[in-house]
Amino acid sequence: MLRLEKRPQPSAAWGWATPVLAVALTMVAGGILFAALGKDPFAAIKMIFWDPLFNPQFASYSRPQLLVKAGPLILIAVGLAIGFRAGIWNIGAEGQYIIGALCGAAVALAFFPSPGWYIFPLMVLAGAFGGWAWAMIPAILKTRFNTNEILVSLLLVYVAEKILAAMATGRMRNPDGAGFPGSRNIAQYPAASNPELIANSGMHWGVVTAFIAVIFAYILLHKHILGYQVQLAGQAPRAARFAGVAPARLVVLCLGLSGALAGLAGLFEVAGPARMISIDFNVGYGFTAIIVAFLGRLHPVGIVLAGLLMALTYIGGELAQFMLGLPSASIQVFQGMLLFFLLAFDVLSNYRIRFARAEAA
Amino acid sequence: MIDLSSINPVVLAAALMVAATPILLAAIGELVVEKAGVLNLGVEGMMITGAVTGFAVAVMTRDPYLGLLAAAVGGATISLIFAVLTQVMMANQVASGLALTLFGLGFSALLGQGFVGVSPPRTPRLDFGWLTELPVIGPILFRHDPMVYVSLILVAAVWYFLNYSRGGRILRAVGENHEAAHALGYNVRRVRILAIAFGGACAGLGGAYLSLIRVPQWTEGMTAGAGWIALALVVFSSWRPWRVVLGAYLFGGIIVLQLNLQAAGFRIPVEYLAMSPYLVTILVLVVMSSGRARKTLAAPGSLGRPFHASG
Repeated sequence: MLRLEKRPQPSAAWGWATPVLAVALTMVAGGILFAALGKDPFAAIKMIFWDPLFNPQFASYSRPQLLVKAGPLILIAVGLAIGFRAGIWNIGAEGQYIIGALCGAAVALAFFPSPGWYIFPLMVLAGAFGGWAWAMIPAILKTRFNTNEILVSLLLVYVAEKILAAMATGRMRNPDGAGFPGSRNIAQYPAASNPELIANSGMHWGVVTAFIAVIFAYILLHKHILGYQVQLAGQAPRAARFAGVAPARLVVLCLGLSGALAGLAGLFEVAGPARMISIDFNVGYGFTAIIVAFLGRLHPVGIVLAGLLMALTYIGGELAQFMLGLPSASIQVFQGMLLFFLLAFDVLSNYRIRFARAEAA
Repeated sequence: MIDLSSINPVVLAAALMVAATPILLAAIGELVVEKAGVLNLGVEGMMITGAVTGFAVAVMTRDPYLGLLAAAVGGATISLIFAVLTQVMMANQVASGLALTLFGLGFSALLGQGFVGVSPPRTPRLDFGWLTELPVIGPILFRHDPMVYVSLILVAAVWYFLNYSRGGRILRAVGENHEAAHALGYNVRRVRILAIAFGGACAGLGGAYLSLIRVPQWTEGMTAGAGWIALALVVFSSWRPWRVVLGAYLFGGIIVLQLNLQAAGFRIPVEYLAMSPYLVTILVLVVMSSGRARKTLAAPGSLGRPFHASG
């Protein structure tokens, strides 16, 4: 019989090894899935993980996409990870992302077509504010009324989606757009656009912000008293209270920070790669970022690697969809499986597996 | 102009029961899971899995009841992933539940590809003879498909099980204080795995009710947050089975009312009416978890805490 024995300290070695192991096993399980769908598993896995980067036919298009997709994922995941460490579960980043984009776009559309230099900075502020404000709803309900932040933040995603639909077909609809839903093209409005900074690199202001956020989060979590408080609140809430950590303040801070970052991600997306507000503007970055945060072990550096990997599955998945006719949902399944394996293998870092004799029941 | 006269209260009340049934089914299952001390946030994922498996089997066999059965099996099966993760691998319940939802949404989209735009076999309504012919009461209470009544019988059964059976007392003991239950010799892990599977089966049924009876069609992501509303409903009910019915019918009422207002050409844009069920859910959560109401909430003592028998 196998028996689990709790480790006094989580194993650091397994902590690094489990994400790698989880990715490897997801590839195997994914291969089986693709085979079951009647596709060549080896070709599909190669198409997803190798061809976007190294196949001369696709790489010129795919490589820049890596940063375009990884940027928002990393930006959102870094914020979420800080909260997750403290046991504060913001799972509504998708909603904060939408509201951030809407606020930023509102600024751009309000100033259209004036050329002021201040418009883009104002949009950035509005985006961060929008995401922050949307995240403040669960935060304040949590601290004031003890309402579960998981349910509230998630339910607000659906509300945000409805607001997005109302805006895309109503207030923000392009007046010159012949009645089609969707706003003006913000990316083509020079004072408001978030352009590619270096040609063919995929680098835009959102990616820059993501890397700044990673550095900031690293310092916050590992060099600052607040990081210690976050850690303490997550692992020993009672001890944290004795140590003078105000739980309410931490909730407001963690939710606000992750909300603002998600809002920024939305703003950079709408002014850049997505180009405009449309009904299907959000593509699930807010949810995938949850997987990124866990895959990166809630560590800023890990999140960068995890974000790049998840971006790769998006790009490779699109490629496989196009080239092999792999259904688009299979990538979502793939990402879900990755999270399963990751959570399952965490047992190895927290527990030791022992072979127990039958008598020890 | 608003044409409120087009809203018929009898039709409204009848539609309310149908609209409430999927969340009622999912919520009564989750109530049992939470009573056993486990927080499974994967309700949405299990519902949508049930919705697609039920739909697929019903279409292929042309039998809605086989479809519903398959949905229960499908929901229970996928819930076992969560059970293994949290009960065997000791993984975090919040994260595992989320994983189940994310996976379920993708998996169902994959399975459902060939079924978009297909119509399922009809589920016949029950005929109660003269009861069905009664004015007002007939159409409201006695002219539904069997699942409406099954869901109510299920609630009664859960209520009886939790309060009056030995198994129910063991389940509640496990949920209130797993250390004590373990010390008394009860198998905490087994009780919890069974509860999770039951919750999965109920959520699967709820999902299939959506795709086979209420809508009836298969579309990607068709549960649209119903699983999360069911989770909120359990909090609303203070973990009491009959209050789940009350809550579910309340929500059913809101869903139906906003649909009717949309149809009546109410001057508010459709999108704002469509967000009302989510906003009301949040409002209810706030009222239930704040101040005086909180003391009567009575969440199970070990809810969400992992249990590992050492030694």
